[in-house]
Formats: sequence, structure tokens, C-alpha cells
Amino acid sequence: MATPAPVSLRKTALNAMHRRMGAKMVDFGGWDMPVEYSGLIAEHLAVRTGVGVFDVSHMGDIQLRGPGSLDAVQHITMNDASKLQEGQAHYSAMLYPQGTFVDDVIVHKLSPNDYLIVINAGTREKDFGWVKKNVQRFECHANDYSDYYTQLAIQGPKAAETLAKLTKVDLGTIKGYWFKWGNVCGLANTLIARTGYTGEDGFEIYIPSDVATSERVWNEVLEAGKEFGILPCGLGARNTLRLESAMSLYDHEISETINVFEAHLDRFLKLEKGPFIGSDALKTIQAAGGPQRKLIGLEMIDRGIARDGYPVLNLDGKKIGVVTSGSPAPFLKKNIALAYVPTELAVIDNEVTVEIRGNAVKARIIPTPFYRRPKKTA
Amino acid sequence: MAYPEKYKYTREHEWVEAAGNIGTVGITDYAQNSLGDIVFVDAPKIGTKVEKGAVFGSVESVKAVSDLYSPVTGTVTEVNEELHSSPEKINSDAHAAWIIKVELSDPNEVGSLLSAADYEKFIAEETGK
Repeated sequence: MATPAPVSLRKTALNAMHRRMGAKMVDFGGWDMPVEYSGLIAEHLAVRTGVGVFDVSHMGDIQLRGPGSLDAVQHITMNDASKLQEGQAHYSAMLYPQGTFVDDVIVHKLSPNDYLIVINAGTREKDFGWVKKNVQRFECHANDYSDYYTQLAIQGPKAAETLAKLTKVDLGTIKGYWFKWGNVCGLANTLIARTGYTGEDGFEIYIPSDVATSERVWNEVLEAGKEFGILPCGLGARNTLRLESAMSLYDHEISETINVFEAHLDRFLKLEKGPFIGSDALKTIQAAGGPQRKLIGLEMIDRGIARDGYPVLNLDGKKIGVVTSGSPAPFLKKNIALAYVPTELAVIDNEVTVEIRGNAVKARIIPTPFYRRPKKTA
Repeated sequence: MAYPEKYKYTREHEWVEAAGNIGTVGITDYAQNSLGDIVFVDAPKIGTKVEKGAVFGSVESVKAVSDLYSPVTGTVTEVNEELHSSPEKINSDAHAAWIIKVELSDPNEVGSLLSAADYEKFIAEETGK
């Protein structure tokens, strides 16, 4: 029998479904979420080679609407939203004045006066408070629509074929980081975005968050993906998939004490667009010759798994940094990690060690992302 | 999954099968299931002294590390080398995939551990069912 979720935790509309389907549940930032269904490795491989579906309804959705919404978005995020066309989205971040992270976000341009900012679950309240406070002087409204949507991520090389069975929208016309509105599973005006957090092709759909609709669509996605071996996936696989792709996770690779240059996210930083929150501090850091430490990728040479928080040492045993995320990589079949080390030591092929429960275990600095999906041949 | 009657169990989810002065130690099916896909077993070398209730190694799943607590006191006489390359054997049959064998300092020590029935009662309480 499925046990109900502890009352103190927040639940998505699919909570009872996850429990009925026998998912292993964990407290994820105050949310009762599935960490795995059939097994983390199987789920990870399903997304790399076929298709998987994730309930990511715990993510937040903030909408900025009004004639001043573009100016507001420009003020609170680091990427250049003026470059977005209607139906286009991009990766960005909200920064503190010191150039560190409030959160990383996806900004969608719904229409010229209407932007959707998708934010992380663990930072929802903080983010919305931050947005509300900082857009006050612009002619726009900020609304928190987080609880209105069930968000499903359908990810993997077979994601498009799976979703195509549930919609007439020509998915081939939606490029990466673009989106369209269309009928999905009989639901009109569903936002279909070609986005995700797995390093794989895939879509995220936003449907009404009532239990009946959410469960119906979840089942229809599983049915549509059956011939491709679709698996329902938990946050465990979501984490290993994003780590293989070296995508940042809040409070790991990015946080309120880590700045954009350190996190290696300056390709999404558009200082030339004009001043915004954090831009002055980042210009100062840039003028001073860049950051003192840098995020690097590690591959374990000797036997051992680096984990979040483990110290990184040089070959003389002196502590030089810390692991922010570390895990076995189920698809690459090696043990990988992301870590911060001083900039002068962040050199590809340099050897370091990771202190694993008292033992210094050798690792090599390698380029990231660890995994890059194969280019389509068709 | 049935918990063999001939094994004794700890509240930290290890099992031990005592035969004469040798105890064979592994982790329970409940433990492997909670851990998920096991990818790494860190076992002590032959000759290492282990102590009842003390950490003697660890098992790692993709997502977490879990300490191994010895159910018995004694000296390691054998290590299951197969788990070095195939740690997933613990997932497929936790009650067969032993981790170490220990020469028992006191064969009577196992008497104080949980029986299969008591262990099943204990995990039923832990899962709140």
C-alpha cells in the first residue's frame, strides 16, 4: 500500500500518482518528490538512449506583464532579453549587486509585454520576493503562477516522437530553446518548450495543475512513450543527467557567494546591454583580471567517488578547493565531479586529489561538459 | 523478500551468518533497496580487526554513501572480491552477496542480534507501515 506524504512537505499534483507507482520519495527542498522509480541508472540511460518523463512541477513560474516588462527583465537578469523573439527562451540568472546568484532561470518571451521566468523549486519564495521588490519601478506586474501549472519534462532522443503522438503541433518547427502554444492531450493553449535539464533533446510542457488533468496527461505520456521504452524518472536521474552535462545546480555550482565568472557562466552574461543588478560588480571583477577561483570538471583516476563537499587537494596534500557536485556518471561510466579551485590551478589535464573519507584519491581536470549529445545526422 | 532464519540482523541493516567461529557479513535486502543502484563497495583488507557496532567499510549507490557497521567482533579472513567489479550483485541478491568473512572473537556475540522476525518487525516500524 502506498503511504501518504508527510503533511509538512509540499506536494505536486502528481504526488499520489508517484506514490501509487511505487516511486521512492524524498524531501527535496521542502517538497515530497520522487527520487527514483525503477532505478536511477536505468532512468538515466532511458533519457540518454530513449525517453524519460519527469514531474518538475515544483519549479516556479513568475510572469512579468506590462509595457515595462522588458526593462524589468533586463534589470533583474544578466542575459540580454531584448534579443529574444516571441516564442524564444534563453538561459539567464538573477544576480545580487555583488554579481553572485539569486537563482539561475529560463526567460521566455511570451509576447512583447509578457515574459515568463522559470525558477528553481528551493528558491521560489526568495525569488518571487526578489523579483517583486526589484521590478517595482517598472510599469509591469509580477505574478507567481507556480501553483497553476503541472510541469512535465519529456527528455531524450525519443522525446519528440513521444510528444508528437499527443499533439498536432509540428514539433520539428520548435528549435532548441524555443516554444509554441498548442493542443496537447486535448488541452488547448499548452506551452510546449524545447527545454530541459538533462543535456538531451526534449520538451517541457505546462498543463493545468489539477490532479485529474495532471494524472491523465502523465499516463498519456507514459503510454505514448511505451514503444520507446519510456521510464518515469526521479530527481536522482535528473541530477546525474545534469551533472554529466555540467549544468549548474543552485547551492552547489552557483549560490549567493559564487559569482558569474567563477561559475563559468559568462557566456550568458551580457554586460554590454547596459546596467542591471550585479553588472557593476562583475565589470570590476573583469577589470581586475577575472575571478580568483574557477569551476572545473574532474574525472577520478583512482578508485573512489567524489561527493558534494569533499575537499580537493593538490598532490602535496594541501587543500585547494571543494567539490560542489560529484557522482558516478551512469552513461559515461566513470566517476566525475565539479569543483572550485584557484584559477591558476584550473588547467586541463592537471592532476589533483579528492579527499574521500580520509584518503587522497587521484583525479584529473578535464573539459566540461563531460557529456555532449551526438549531433543529429538526419 | 524473505529474511533467512539462519541469519542474524542489526538495526543498521547488516546480516551475519555464523558457522562455527566464522561469521559471514552482508547488508540486507531492505538496505540495498533503500540505497538504490550500488556502484562501489569499500571493504577492509584481510587481517583487519573489526568490532561489533563499529564502522568497517562503506557501500555507495549512485546518490549516496552508507557506512557499514560490523555485527560482530573479530578479524577479517576473506573479502568478496567479486563485489569489486560487480557491486550490483548486492542489488540482485543482497542475502547471497556477502561482503566479508570474520573470524569471531566470541561466537556467542551473535546471540544478542536480531532474529529474522525481529528484524522484519523493526523495518516495518522504520517504514511506518
